[in-house]
Amino acid sequence: MSTFPNDRRYTVDHEWAKQEGGSVVIGVSSFAVEQLGDITLVSIDASVGDHLEAGKAFGTIESVKTLSDLLAPISGILEAVNGELEDSPETINDDCYGKGWMIKIKPASSADLDKLMDDAAYETHVKSSPH
Amino acid sequence: MVPFAGFEMPIQYEGLTQEHHAVRNAVGIFDVSHMGELVLTGEHSESVLNYLVTSDVTTLVDGQAMYTCACNEKGTILDDLLVYRHGKDRWMVVCNASNHDKIASHFAKAAKDHCGFEDQSPDTALVAVQGPKTFDVLAQLSPEGARCSDLKAFHFGSYELAEIPCMVARSGYTGEDGVEIFCANRYAPKLWSLLLDKGQAFGLKPAGLGCRDTLRLEARLSLYGNDIDETTNPLEAGLGWIVKLDGDDFIGRDALVEIKRQGLTRKLVGFEMVGRGIARHGYPLLDLDGNTVGVCTSGSPSPTLGKNIGLGYLLSSMTKVGTRFKVDCRGKLIEAVVVKTPFYKRAG
Repeated sequence: MSTFPNDRRYTVDHEWAKQEGGSVVIGVSSFAVEQLGDITLVSIDASVGDHLEAGKAFGTIESVKTLSDLLAPISGILEAVNGELEDSPETINDDCYGKGWMIKIKPASSADLDKLMDDAAYETHVKSSPH
Repeated sequence: MVPFAGFEMPIQYEGLTQEHHAVRNAVGIFDVSHMGELVLTGEHSESVLNYLVTSDVTTLVDGQAMYTCACNEKGTILDDLLVYRHGKDRWMVVCNASNHDKIASHFAKAAKDHCGFEDQSPDTALVAVQGPKTFDVLAQLSPEGARCSDLKAFHFGSYELAEIPCMVARSGYTGEDGVEIFCANRYAPKLWSLLLDKGQAFGLKPAGLGCRDTLRLEARLSLYGNDIDETTNPLEAGLGWIVKLDGDDFIGRDALVEIKRQGLTRKLVGFEMVGRGIARHGYPLLDLDGNTVGVCTSGSPSPTLGKNIGLGYLLSSMTKVGTRFKVDCRGKLIEAVVVKTPFYKRAG
């Protein structure tokens, strides 16, 4: 049993990516949330229709403590942004795998998701990260 | 844990926001043993110290402390300091860990041939107990602990807290009432455990560097390396009240007299974000026409006020309360407004 949901993939930067039909939903992991603390601001700088490139920033997430870039786990076209987060960024603290999703991407290649870590590999990665 | 000036420092224990609220509403304890403790002794120690700092330490009485700073010849800030008068011939100076080596050698050089100098930093631990329940907790430690509440602000004395010899000062860096407790390193773990244990009933929490920063920012207390450094002078930093230009000579005085005569070109002010954004250290500040008019030195969400606040240097013409300007948050221009400081002031 892993600490992280096994229905999605993860990046080294602590984002998750989950296939939903022809789209991929992106959010941040519970480990990221734990590290950030109370999330106070989420800004998605990319607009719907933009081409996102894997590893490039599409926005920022801020807590009281710090600001972190949000990096696209895979390349593709930005399909949707979770507008709720603008007024209620704390939704990510409450439900980072569900209501706290951030964006939806139409992937450039359906194989890209498989290149990311599964839950077990991500758990190993988290355990080796400095706390 | 993060490395800081040779110490492993906790950013947070349970969580920054919970720790912040604990200090405002109950009590929190901070391990700030990284701070430096320097001692000057002897007949001439008072005049040596008075030449090193910008305020007039001769106004202090035994058992009294003072916030001050040390400048260089240019009148910019080497470090901000707390000075404690044990006696006319014995003074303790507390400096920032990040400036310890610089200040210790600066003070040692000034003391040479004039007075005694001892660096007690390696042997001294410092625990800050901060918040409205501070004295309830201290009263649980020992009968002498119960008497700490007799201390007036910025006064200190020797107290035995649960058989530990301590120097207790009524001061802090959070905007709350509280004390800072100095003791020998070997007693620190015992003191810490006792405070945690006896404080439990009062909602005491261990508090990390993270909330120390948000608490001091709400109280508009300067952070060296952020708001003040060797490129800033105390007058523009809003620290004119610790600069005594009409008293005895001190290092940087001539430069500060000249700076004052010419008038300040910029001033450190507090601001609130109007738009959605958080200002951070180093973000440029722009006027409404887009011209750069300053820089943000500290910025964060304020857990007490529920607003995003900051400090920054602005052109003197723009420092009036209510003045609107923009913060360049990594390319996004977010509106902000100059406000009165401190952002937070405790009642009473």
